[in-house]
Amino acid sequence: MNTVGYAAIVLQVGAVVAGAPLLTGLMRQTRARLEGRAGAGVLQPWRDVRKLLRKEPITPVGTGPAFRWAPPVLVATSLVLAVLVPLVSTESPVRGRADLIVVVALLALGTVALALAGLDTGTAFGGMGASREMTIAALVEPTILMAVFALSIPAGSTNLPVIVAGAADEPARLTSPAGLLAIAALSVAVLAETGRLPVDNPSTHLELTMVHEAMVLEYAGPDLALVEFGAQLRLTVLLGLLASLFAPWGIATSASSLAAVLLALVLVVLKVAVLGTVLAAAEVFWAKLRLFRVPELLAGSFLLALLAVTASYFMGGEGGQ
Amino acid sequence: MGLLRKIRDTGQVAEPAPPRPEGGVPPQAREFGGSVQVRCVDAGSCNGCEIEIAAAFNPVYDAERYGARLVASPRHADVALVTGPVTRNMAEPLRRTVAAMPEPRLVVAVGDCAINCGEFAGGYGVEGAVSDVVPVDLAVPGCPPRPDEIVAALRRVTGR
Repeated sequence: MNTVGYAAIVLQVGAVVAGAPLLTGLMRQTRARLEGRAGAGVLQPWRDVRKLLRKEPITPVGTGPAFRWAPPVLVATSLVLAVLVPLVSTESPVRGRADLIVVVALLALGTVALALAGLDTGTAFGGMGASREMTIAALVEPTILMAVFALSIPAGSTNLPVIVAGAADEPARLTSPAGLLAIAALSVAVLAETGRLPVDNPSTHLELTMVHEAMVLEYAGPDLALVEFGAQLRLTVLLGLLASLFAPWGIATSASSLAAVLLALVLVVLKVAVLGTVLAAAEVFWAKLRLFRVPELLAGSFLLALLAVTASYFMGGEGGQ
Repeated sequence: MGLLRKIRDTGQVAEPAPPRPEGGVPPQAREFGGSVQVRCVDAGSCNGCEIEIAAAFNPVYDAERYGARLVASPRHADVALVTGPVTRNMAEPLRRTVAAMPEPRLVVAVGDCAINCGEFAGGYGVEGAVSDVVPVDLAVPGCPPRPDEIVAALRRVTGR
């Protein structure tokens, strides 16, 4: 069982690392096609990374350790997330550590590292981006916690593989009111956490509307490659988590055979590709929200998560136990 | 739903890609491998060239399909597209912008004004052409240059 478990982890991390830039490429390509453009191709983010790694690294005058360490910390936390989150198998050797609170804390660590780097540059836009990112993060992290708590009440644990395995055995949990409310809340939280429309525009050139981009304006060359790669990893892992929590079908729950793991891998790649395409297509129809309206959207999603927890607590009492 | 119908009816508006422009890839651009980030610097232009640059990235000419992308920071950029005669107030910002770009980097002068001050030569506020302030690697003549000429210059840099 252990060999298959380790194989599942290696496959999962390999797929996330190779697939994260491809997912971004797929989303840009989808958007380009809907806009009537030809598009640069799905491989373009990999070309960008290759080019950036060949360029000269620059450390701006006056920046310190926060600026230098943020890109490796961001990528490291994202890679640990890629190991922990159950995308392929719920019976992996690290399942005891894949706790919801650890996952949210790792997300927050990456966000804070980048916000400190934005402040460290000392530019007006870096500080502005950091302040905005923290405002959004303060509303998003509790929403992710609450939404998954709603699913953890019927499972009786905050351990992600236990939640996912429980939902795969008993799909009725997902179609309950609590499950549906949690899906809505978590989807909005994932959009905000990964800096997509309507919260942040990933392709903006106007500094005054930037959130994530404003913090990374001073990065160049290999550091910029790490920052972009880290952001792509986070998007892939969070979309994968969304797919695992709300569409856990096909995920390997017994981990006795390699075939089940491979099937689960193919299915999760398909699910994330479909989610990414749908998100990119939906973004064509959305405008960015005014910054002062973003807290309203996020407070709304927090309210949905709170209702999901309440519904799960009161309605799951007789059915779940 | 109106937008959905519009998307379906319009289809692809990007024109078929013209053949590769002659003149090989400049030596500094060999490392880019089909990915070029572009920073525009308006050093004092009348904005005619800016309109044509914007058109080069619109759905019809779609410079992005050759791997060029506009970015917001010179730190992210490989190529500076400089337009207009360099005015006295923009000479130092232009030098700083080019200095902030990581090596290897290219400067592309877009439009007659950028190449030889054009209409504004000898003006009291004009410091000189772009090549008097920063080293220029490629030039796109025209007043203003057509979008396909700008796209052709960018394709020489991306090599696609």
